[in-house]
Amino acid sequence: MTEHEYDVVIVGAGGAGMRAALESSQRAKTAVLTKLYPTRSHTGAAQGGMAAALANVEEDNVEWHVFDTIKGGDYLVDQDAAQILCEEAVQAVLDLEKMGLPFNRTTAGKIDQRRFGGHTRDHGKSAVRRACYAADRTGHMILQTLYQQCIKQDVEFFNEFYVLDLILNDDPQAAEGKDVAVAGVVAYELSTGQIHTFRAKSVIFATGGAGKVFKTTSNAHTLTGDGMALALRRGIPLEDMEFFQFHPTGLAGLGILLSEAARGEGGILRNSEGERFMERYAPTIKDLAPRDVVARAMANEVREGRGCGPNKDYVLLDLTHLEPAHIDEKLPDITEFARTYLGVEPYTEPVPVFPTAHYAMGGVPTTNNAEVLRNNHDTIKGLYAAGEVACVSVHGSNRLGTNSLLDINVFGRRAGIAAAEYALTTEGHDLPADASSLVTDQVEKLRATVGGDGTERVADIRRELQASMDRNVQVFRTSESLAEAHKLVGELQERFKNVAIHDRGARFNTDLLEAVELGFLLDLAEVVILGAEHRKESRGGHYREDFPTRDDENFMKHTMAYKTKDGIRLDTKPVVVTKYQPMERKY
Amino acid sequence: MTATAEAPSKAGEVPSFDVTLRIQRMDPDGTPDHPAGEEYWEEFTLTMHGTDRVLDALHKIKWDVDGSLAFRRSCAHGVCGSDAMRINAKNRLACKTLLKDLNPKRPITIEPIKGLPVEKDLIVDMEPFFASYREIMPFLMTSGPTPERERLQSPEERARFDDTTKCIMCAACTTSCPVFWTDGQYFGPQAIVGAHRFIFDSRDEGEWDRLEILNDKAGVWKCRTAFNCTEACPRGIEVTKAISEVKKALNTGVV
Repeated sequence: MTEHEYDVVIVGAGGAGMRAALESSQRAKTAVLTKLYPTRSHTGAAQGGMAAALANVEEDNVEWHVFDTIKGGDYLVDQDAAQILCEEAVQAVLDLEKMGLPFNRTTAGKIDQRRFGGHTRDHGKSAVRRACYAADRTGHMILQTLYQQCIKQDVEFFNEFYVLDLILNDDPQAAEGKDVAVAGVVAYELSTGQIHTFRAKSVIFATGGAGKVFKTTSNAHTLTGDGMALALRRGIPLEDMEFFQFHPTGLAGLGILLSEAARGEGGILRNSEGERFMERYAPTIKDLAPRDVVARAMANEVREGRGCGPNKDYVLLDLTHLEPAHIDEKLPDITEFARTYLGVEPYTEPVPVFPTAHYAMGGVPTTNNAEVLRNNHDTIKGLYAAGEVACVSVHGSNRLGTNSLLDINVFGRRAGIAAAEYALTTEGHDLPADASSLVTDQVEKLRATVGGDGTERVADIRRELQASMDRNVQVFRTSESLAEAHKLVGELQERFKNVAIHDRGARFNTDLLEAVELGFLLDLAEVVILGAEHRKESRGGHYREDFPTRDDENFMKHTMAYKTKDGIRLDTKPVVVTKYQPMERKY
Repeated sequence: MTATAEAPSKAGEVPSFDVTLRIQRMDPDGTPDHPAGEEYWEEFTLTMHGTDRVLDALHKIKWDVDGSLAFRRSCAHGVCGSDAMRINAKNRLACKTLLKDLNPKRPITIEPIKGLPVEKDLIVDMEPFFASYREIMPFLMTSGPTPERERLQSPEERARFDDTTKCIMCAACTTSCPVFWTDGQYFGPQAIVGAHRFIFDSRDEGEWDRLEILNDKAGVWKCRTAFNCTEACPRGIEVTKAISEVKKALNTGVV
């Protein structure tokens, strides 16, 4: 075992983690632990853009952006947080440009902007050009630019280090008002199998999402919700986990993301009758309605028999009326995906698409300064979270497209500053002598299953979990479907205890880590299902066929899920409302 | 060994076929049959579908046959750059290469990318590769006061370096380069692509610092225009052209 000591330890090197590192490393001794090489992080897969009311191409302002974000999130957004997100958006985009990000440009040389779902002029009057973009590889450019700046600043990375435990000085479920603080993390080094402890005055979780609880997902294989699950296991609540975004345009059958920018640039969704069906569901902004609305409309078209293809199980994204040169300039990557993976030529043929699990609106609850909450009031001193792992909540029950690349920059920056400033004021807490014991036990137990009596395979359990989540907890949910998913996840958790792996080796044992990651997925799936069962209303990304309307009286509050020795306990947290009272959500 | 009977396909059903993967293995801890560090070949025959990629086949082996098979992967759709490997003697991304495009009637050969030390099976040590990238100062360099708003750049100026911004650092180009295989000093194509992205960015003022680095004995003059890099790039970057533009800038003194 190797011991390390830092002021700030950042877990994850996607957009949020590296944006935090740029701030933190200027102020305090910082290490970034990442299970992937930084440039492999899934921020790089984000395509369409980053929202900011720059008003470079048409009239726009911060207030309209705030309103769209709140309405887009179906009023479960904390409005003070949304205000910060949208106010700091302009500077966040300009910061990236100054770091060298190659945005697309207007003829006047300014950052170009385009339309995106749910972003409107003057409180919903029409679509507005708010998304700053670099072709359809905006996330790639952000990831590259932040990595380049990290090289410039000589940020210290520990690549292919899997953080497998979070060490606090006390139980986060201790009485309100008590001081609970972070002490460090425990990590597993992929290349050697060695366990490392990191004492840290501040820890920032920037570990991304958990899309792999579903089968059909735009998420990377590595998005297994590690940070969320570690927090949950250590007694930290998770907020609003039932709200998962299904992105409308995944490549049918594969789930690979085709950016909403395709519709921002003029693409149209059509059913088997060739009808532009979004005109019926969102008469004002049609195909540019928010993702939850479009995904439900698509699933409904398929359910009512107007799906396309031999099994009538998808709809079509039609770009054929756009000029090929325009497609090449604005949407080069996604049209390449259609060619590579489906053999479809988007110039001349519409592309088969269907919703794909894309983004966790919920996560580790934080304050507006990215401090992690251990209940509705108290923070854990020195612990921060930013990006998809966190729930600030700026996305409420449905995130608007282009607000996540914004989120990682605004709250990544805030986390980096807050973590470093706090670290400079404290001595921190010593790690207990047995800090690594939980991880060591877990790893040794899994190694010992090689050639043993275990009868279960990681891949089988994972497949069953993912298939059940797609079948039961996707766009449409009912008490019956959720009960089935609930029962199954319990059975899978039992079976997981009897799992056996193949690889006993110390070096690059990804077999072992896939088992660990499956454990995370099982824990998180349970929280998603429980939250969805309990929320007997429909709001944003959570749609209950048995409760098809929003119920502000009973459910306009955040879900808080705590892991206790008696299982998951659900509680609620009030939504922060400043100036926008809930209204009926029409587009 | 390589039965290729195509299953009858029902409407809407993707046809399935059998395919054999011949994979170069190496276990640094050793196995009962192979001492630590020994490189050997192992074949797996699988039933796969028409839309499956090489990565799907590798996952099928790892998940259902032999969990010890080691390879890197993440996004699975060609944007993260984790899974570059040598497939039928060409560098490609496993997640972007469809099995049906490889003639599954013959065994498909899979090896780690060449020129970097093999760590385990298809995993190589990427550190020398990233070290070369860091050496070319891959970040915007400017002087003078920072403007309040964005620096202006015309679409034409932006277009000049667009191609090299697409790089995902998968190392397919660098590890396809015969010069890189034999000369451990050479930066390799990717580092030159990384430098090109800034040298030809109208906002950047560090072009001559970088050009000086690339003028060095480990730099662009090592390139023998084999074009392997351009062929290997999964992002379609014209790597050899970018290298030529750097050479031209050095020859003419004009960027």
